[in-house]
Amino acid sequence: MNYLDTLRAALRSLRANRLRSALTTLGIVIGIAAVITMLAVGEGARRKVSEQMQSLGTNLILVLPGTVTSGGVRLGSGGRSNLTETDARAIRTEIPGVVAAAPVLRGSGQVVYGNLNWSTQLYGIDGDYLISRDWEITRGRKLDDSDLRGKAKVALVGETVAQMLFGGTDPTGQSIRVKSVPFTIVGLLAGKGQNVMGQDQDDVVLVPIGAARGRLLGQNQSRPDSVNSITVKMADGRDMLAAETQVRALLRQKHRLQPGHDDDFNIRNLSEIVEAEQAASGALSALLAAIASVSLLVGGIGIMNIMLVSVTERTREIGIRLAVGARRRDILTQFMVEAVTLSLLGGVVGVALGFGGGLLVQRLLDWPVLFQARAVLLAVISASAVGIFFGWYPARKASRLTPVEALRHD
Amino acid sequence: MAEPLIEVEGLSRTYHVGEVEVPALRDVSLRLGKGEFVAVMGPSGSGKSTFMNLLGGLDRPDAGRYLLAGEDVSRLDADALAAARNRLLGFVFQNFNLLPRASALENVELPLVYAGVPAAERHRRAMEKLAQVGLAERARHLPSQLSGGQQQRVAIARALVNAPALVLADEPTGALDTRTSLELMALLQTLNGQGLTLVLVTHEPDIAQFAGRILLFRDGRLVSDRPVTERHSAAAALAATA
Repeated sequence: MNYLDTLRAALRSLRANRLRSALTTLGIVIGIAAVITMLAVGEGARRKVSEQMQSLGTNLILVLPGTVTSGGVRLGSGGRSNLTETDARAIRTEIPGVVAAAPVLRGSGQVVYGNLNWSTQLYGIDGDYLISRDWEITRGRKLDDSDLRGKAKVALVGETVAQMLFGGTDPTGQSIRVKSVPFTIVGLLAGKGQNVMGQDQDDVVLVPIGAARGRLLGQNQSRPDSVNSITVKMADGRDMLAAETQVRALLRQKHRLQPGHDDDFNIRNLSEIVEAEQAASGALSALLAAIASVSLLVGGIGIMNIMLVSVTERTREIGIRLAVGARRRDILTQFMVEAVTLSLLGGVVGVALGFGGGLLVQRLLDWPVLFQARAVLLAVISASAVGIFFGWYPARKASRLTPVEALRHD
Repeated sequence: MAEPLIEVEGLSRTYHVGEVEVPALRDVSLRLGKGEFVAVMGPSGSGKSTFMNLLGGLDRPDAGRYLLAGEDVSRLDADALAAARNRLLGFVFQNFNLLPRASALENVELPLVYAGVPAAERHRRAMEKLAQVGLAERARHLPSQLSGGQQQRVAIARALVNAPALVLADEPTGALDTRTSLELMALLQTLNGQGLTLVLVTHEPDIAQFAGRILLFRDGRLVSDRPVTERHSAAAALAATA
């Protein structure tokens, strides 16, 4: 018996019990729809995160203060900053392929405009910072060389700060008090939204690093030009691992560290954060897979149940087929094809429903959703696998009938 | 006797019902020639159905030998036996045993499907057999849309479609009225006249009279094997009732 004939016979018998077939596939439908929707939502979220990471830049190296050993006492990381503006300058000039090496002095404080106040992040920066973050200005201007050299009391504000202090109006040219020190706003930063950690990147005030050190954040720094971090941006296509090695060697040399001594700084490559993020979404996928397999398991048991009923109901048919020359293999194939057809139909409907569900999530919850051919393939494979696995026992039972007992059945 | 088609020697079959052994057929031997029309008779429980199942390759004997067209059918495994049923045998049952959701044509095609005959060829041969039993214009009907006599003729077409060596009919008139029974027997006699070997199980002596030889079973044994001296013509009987 060829496969076309077998398939036609399977479809005929499924059509004969339309409602029953439809109800039987429901478990598979729900399972597959869950797989498709969840993969689409998961993939959309992952893509969004990775786009954010991309906007942050994977060709960035973040240098942070490390452990300092002072008289045999190992102070905790960042306990005392031993990164300096000089280090940043050295990186900028001595390592090939560096686009920007931005020292950042970081702190927080209250900003006041009129009778409004807002607590925000305060960053002391130099001209490289906006370059390293690919950050643009929507109004006004960036900090220029004379601002930086003269430690001018000028500031760039993020969108959130502008919103909190000025509502919708243009903040440039306005004077605000940062930690009681008057600063003039010269530029409004473009909105960047949340970062991967969920922090609002627009809740920030940027001032020249010299001004920050002198008037806002410099009070408890141990060294005159120490900074909280250096953000190094490499040119596109540079080997990040090699660059990291070069930065490490340079800083060890500048800090006069003997071979065998630990680094007194930490180097983070942002691609590591991307990897960590991918590991996290891997865990999410595993959870989704668990949910999907439970529904597919239940759906599969439903199929097995109905196929067993069907074998019993159609014992006489099996007898007739055996009498006219069907071999055991033919009977086995017939019932297997029926079970797999049933689960595949469920799979197809499930895929359609899953697409619908995904679009609904996108429309109603405004979540990014990404459909993939891979997910559909996975759905089809799992549906077939369920059909084969749960169809096997009933089909085998059918094929084990002897012609005499099958024909005697009524 | 013509050249033997069937040779049965010491055929026995015992059923096991729980602990009890029920001997259904005991030590039956006989020969059947090509082109014969044999009626098998006996009360229920006499072993005639068991004998029929063994002849049809639907069941296997516990002891004895069964040669069909020179092939030792009793030694075949399940798949080889299925192939033998497909190639050498045709069945007609009391309750027709047609697939209810398949058309008359598809029912007749069924043995050819398992023989691996291509669709076009299958179709042609099935139509030919339906025409032979006078149902060409009912080919697309479902069994439920046909009368009992028509259904049984579809079953006969199905039994004939693979050009079998032997057709086994188990009480084929059991579910039919007298007139339809006569029509069916006339058809079987015609087919027999064309050289078809037929074995017919019946408990109606009138029906058995249309055969050429009557085997009588009792308690699992073949107790009588005699030729029909005064063979009736079903066509003539039919003409008489008209």
